Amino acid sequence: MTGPMIERELVIVGGGPAGMAAALAAHGQGVRDILLIERDQFLGGILNQCVHTGFGLTYFKEVLTGPEYADRFVTKINSTPAIETSLRTFAVALSRTKVLTVIKPGRLQNIAARALIMATGCREKTREMIHIPGTRPAGIFPAGLAQKLINVEGLLPGNEVVIVGSGDIGLIMARRFTLEGAKVRAVIEIESASRGLVRNLTQCVYDFDIPVYFNHMISRIHGKDRVEKVEVVKVDGQRRPIPGSKFELSCDTLLVSVGLIPENELIEMAGVRLDEKTNSPVSEAPNTTAIPGLFVCGNAYKVYDVADSVTADSQLCGRLAAEYLLKIQGDSFRPLSPLEKPCKRR
Amino acid sequence: MQKTITCIECPAGCTLAVDYEGCIVQRVSGEKCPKGAEYAKNEIQNPQRILTTAVLCDGLEVKMLAVRTDKPIPKQKLFEAMEAVRTIRVNAPVKAGETIVKDLLGLGADLVATRTAARQEKQI
Ligand SMILES: Cc1cc2nc3c(=O)[nH]c(=O)nc-3n(C[C@H](O)[C@H](O)[C@H](O)COP(=O)(O)OP(=O)(O)OC[C@H]3O[C@@H](n4cnc5c(N)ncnc54)[C@H](O)[C@@H]3O)c2cc1C
Ligand code: SF4
Repeated sequence: MTGPMIERELVIVGGGPAGMAAALAAHGQGVRDILLIERDQFLGGILNQCVHTGFGLTYFKEVLTGPEYADRFVTKINSTPAIETSLRTFAVALSRTKVLTVIKPGRLQNIAARALIMATGCREKTREMIHIPGTRPAGIFPAGLAQKLINVEGLLPGNEVVIVGSGDIGLIMARRFTLEGAKVRAVIEIESASRGLVRNLTQCVYDFDIPVYFNHMISRIHGKDRVEKVEVVKVDGQRRPIPGSKFELSCDTLLVSVGLIPENELIEMAGVRLDEKTNSPVSEAPNTTAIPGLFVCGNAYKVYDVADSVTADSQLCGRLAAEYLLKIQGDSFRPLSPLEKPCKRR
Repeated sequence: MQKTITCIECPAGCTLAVDYEGCIVQRVSGEKCPKGAEYAKNEIQNPQRILTTAVLCDGLEVKMLAVRTDKPIPKQKLFEAMEAVRTIRVNAPVKAGETIVKDLLGLGADLVATRTAARQEKQI
């Protein structure tokens, strides 16, 4: 790809809690040229849509909502001149030599980074990944997308909801839909216990008398244009449907909350091998990759339960990057020509 | 009478066994920290929850502003509080922590913004 090339000491991709903590930690270790890149118009990442409480208990010893937790870091970032924030900037390609290609409104730019931290978070597993038979009508949402629609866009995606999977985001959304006046018919979980925290099961589901079916799965989705109903069946210890246990639930919306996967396509493009199961980088030490000076932290490194752990992990990563920069200080910095092409995707 | 409840004060989510008579808690067990007993007492006497939601904005850089009550409110007032919140429009810039509604429904808790929102810039 062609375009102007700029050189930076430390580039961080992703302005969620991971990217912000890494930037501040690297700054704390003396790095004075830091570029923080975020595709959204705000810093904060997923925290901006997590309006519920449950953040910060470990790190700040306070009960905070997602936006409040983010705000503490945004304030620090904005008052640290050595950290430059570039919003509405989408990283689209990465080479083995740490040349990052980004798109900003109306322009393309190549950035040669001496050290690079990827803090790109994770994405949700979708219906396609859990193989539910049936039609493909509208009304099937990953739970986190529904969270964004309600809390950020102000749209209620449905009125009668069934939730598949008892991950925390699904549980949180059971309460959110209920408070917004929708009817949550059930949470369906194939395992015999909740995947999410019991406190979320208590305060988001049991508080509102929403039935939870453990050892159950959705066996079919019905509906032509929009979801109309789902078939639910009880399963045995080997996840085999138990004959005669089938029942139906009418609904116009199905939320899928079956887990997250680290977002690591850019480092894969640069040639880093990803673990096939977890999508985390294969590496010898935490937060590192096979490419010297290329680091990964936060949910992109591995899926964490709470943001506080993301912060702790990313602070370590920020320090690692600072140590690396100190080590190569004397080396001459000659990034490859901008014509150097990023590796092809597999 | 005895009842088993889950403490929701932290992610540990302790299972608490509560002995109580009417509204009076006599004994709590199963808690890993002192907050558990306090939670059990409130849960038997007057269950309370912090309300977190988002309100519609007009002319600000966000469409929805994330808000919370600064203190827990009675659980059975959550839906009434949501009704009240639905009528609110925020059209002046706010800072995180600023009060949006004082003493929501006379429950003794304020509704506060949990994020900062500036005026909408003209899109180029
Ligand atoms: C839908 C959802 C809901 C969650 N709810 C909770 C919860 O309730 N409580 C909890 O403790 N944890 C929750 N989590 C876990 C939460 O993700 C972590 O606690 C924490 O937010 C992860 O931080 P992060 O910075 O690693 O990732 P994120 O917060 O996801 O931040 C990643 C950032 O990178 C940016 N980015 C990604 N790719 C690019 C690119 N190519 N170019 C530029 N920018 C890019 C994204 O826009 C985003 O801002 C949730 C996760 C998800 C996905
Ligand atoms: S009793 Fe203490 S440790 Fe247990 S869930 Fe409650 S606050 Fe957490």
